[in-house]
Amino acid sequence: MLKIKGLTVEVAGKRVLRSIDLEISEGEVHVLFGPNGSGKTSLIMSILGFPNYRVVSGEIWFKGVNITGMSIDQRVKLGIGVAFQNPPAVRGVKLGDLLKQLSGGEAEASRLAKSMNLPPEFLEKDLNLGFSGGELKRSEILQVLAQRPDFAIFDEPDSGVDVENLEVVGKAIEDFLAGERAGLLVTHMGHILHYVDVDEAHVLLDGAIACSGRPTQILEQIMREGYRWCERCPRARRPS
Amino acid sequence: MPQGKKAKLTYEKSSGLDLNVEGFSRDAPVWSPCPPSTLPKDVIGRAQEVGIKLEEGERAGTYFQVDHSVIFRGVQKALEGRAEIISTKEALQKYDWVKDYWWKLLDAAQDGYTALAELQWDQGYLIRIFEGQKIDLPLQACLFISKDNLNQNVHNLIIAEPKSEVQIITGCTIHPSVRRGLHVGVTEFFIKEDAKVTFTMLHNWAQDFDTRSRSAALLEEGATFVSNYVCLRPVKSLQMYSVAHCKGENSRVRFNAVLYGVGNSRLDIGSKVALEGPGGRGEVTTRALASDKAQIHTRGLLVGEREDTKAHLECRGLLLSDDALIYAIPELIAKVKGAELSHEAAVGKIAEDQIRYLMARGFSEEEAQSLIVRGFMDVSILGLPSALEGEIKRMIETTTKRAL
Repeated sequence: MLKIKGLTVEVAGKRVLRSIDLEISEGEVHVLFGPNGSGKTSLIMSILGFPNYRVVSGEIWFKGVNITGMSIDQRVKLGIGVAFQNPPAVRGVKLGDLLKQLSGGEAEASRLAKSMNLPPEFLEKDLNLGFSGGELKRSEILQVLAQRPDFAIFDEPDSGVDVENLEVVGKAIEDFLAGERAGLLVTHMGHILHYVDVDEAHVLLDGAIACSGRPTQILEQIMREGYRWCERCPRARRPS
Repeated sequence: MPQGKKAKLTYEKSSGLDLNVEGFSRDAPVWSPCPPSTLPKDVIGRAQEVGIKLEEGERAGTYFQVDHSVIFRGVQKALEGRAEIISTKEALQKYDWVKDYWWKLLDAAQDGYTALAELQWDQGYLIRIFEGQKIDLPLQACLFISKDNLNQNVHNLIIAEPKSEVQIITGCTIHPSVRRGLHVGVTEFFIKEDAKVTFTMLHNWAQDFDTRSRSAALLEEGATFVSNYVCLRPVKSLQMYSVAHCKGENSRVRFNAVLYGVGNSRLDIGSKVALEGPGGRGEVTTRALASDKAQIHTRGLLVGEREDTKAHLECRGLLLSDDALIYAIPELIAKVKGAELSHEAAVGKIAEDQIRYLMARGFSEEEAQSLIVRGFMDVSILGLPSALEGEIKRMIETTTKRAL
């Protein structure tokens, strides 16, 4: 479904991604680990085509189409959806109105909000304005659920979420990704993996994929030794 | 010195006149009285665009002035004895007490335009709500100009007797054939004990048309005044200043403005809240959107004269073009230590990150911009009845759609 070939990206002249190769097939869910600043969010922004993420070389293919030069909305219309880590506040645009437009109805918007443990009056709020950390995550996931993309990316859906809502968030993502949909989870601590089954894990270090493998094995290693170990790992791939 | 004489002196000194007033025509066609629904279609169409309803039963009462002629004034039969609408010329002849309100809050000699309103006065309306009367349907007034390059000067009085409650909609506009002209409006509001007035004014002019408006309100004990202003169409120059004197204990005022500057429009909108009695509260909220080469000045002045008073000023401006300009001028004057005054102003362009974010939800760049702009022009700040709020929302949608 998603195929990234030798992707190198710069932001304001600074290299943030180096020769990334990544393939996620239909029905697969991958997880991306990496320390702060390793390029996890840069990879998401590049997949979406944010214009300040300049592709120096490489290609991004989605559903057999080369999307490297496409605008954000064209890519999204092909079936990509992203739950952002730090979305901006948009004053005056109500979350509920946006959900209605995405999901095609008021009833569906309310149903989705309820499933994410958000009260109906929450839909009257301006998008992301004054939301708590946990509310932001749930609102982002809610929007992706309303969009129903074939390929969904969740950027740190577990950070800043309390224990009770972690389960809500985790189960919602698991339910959504069950079946033919493909997904990419980005996580720092891996809490979300208690709830979501993933097929493959990748570790991003300094803008490059250092290793890929079985999620439980990689997570255990990171939990035990931290990312500092990954940096010293003799098997890690390091692009020149 | 009588107001007329003082006004004459001011006018002769041309103080505060930034237009060549002599260049406008004072020669207005005479319109005979008629039910407003029988007016020509193009007049009705324009009036409807500024919130005027001409179907029977939609408004509690109507004042309709075309050029210098009063063509209709009156309230629904059921409201006779509860509310009154007549022209101010008629009112001054009919009631001796009207002179106790006339030029009492504003000074005819204040500047060249108030002076013009006194020296060449062309009617205007008196709206009076009787004591204890709560009028459910809004009352409305339409000030219409049918002839190109005409000068129309109106002086209005609004008197809300104790414990009365009313919604007033005023629409000022012109015939589609009118390009140039000058509308001068003077309005004095007297809001007595525990009365509540919600006044909503909509303007719809043309690119070469000029407007000058001055208003003042006196709030007695427990009185509430909500003043809304909406201007979404081009105008050559529009200058408006409104003052509210919160004199009575626990009186409160809200000034709200939703402004959209297009073309070469110059808008200068100011509000002053004078907290003169204990417990006074004031709020000034402005949304200004500027596109093309429009320039919008928004002024807000809060004056805390007494203890236990509180007022807040909020101005948000959004620029849609590199050639447009928004100048927000908030001023706070606290004269005693118990006056709590605050302001926040934010002026800028649509944030790119907001556009990208909405594009990541599948909206095109244009759709994303239009969502943000519509959200920005949030008319729920006006606190209007839902039908009128819906109408204004639709107006904003059509206007902004055209701009983006």
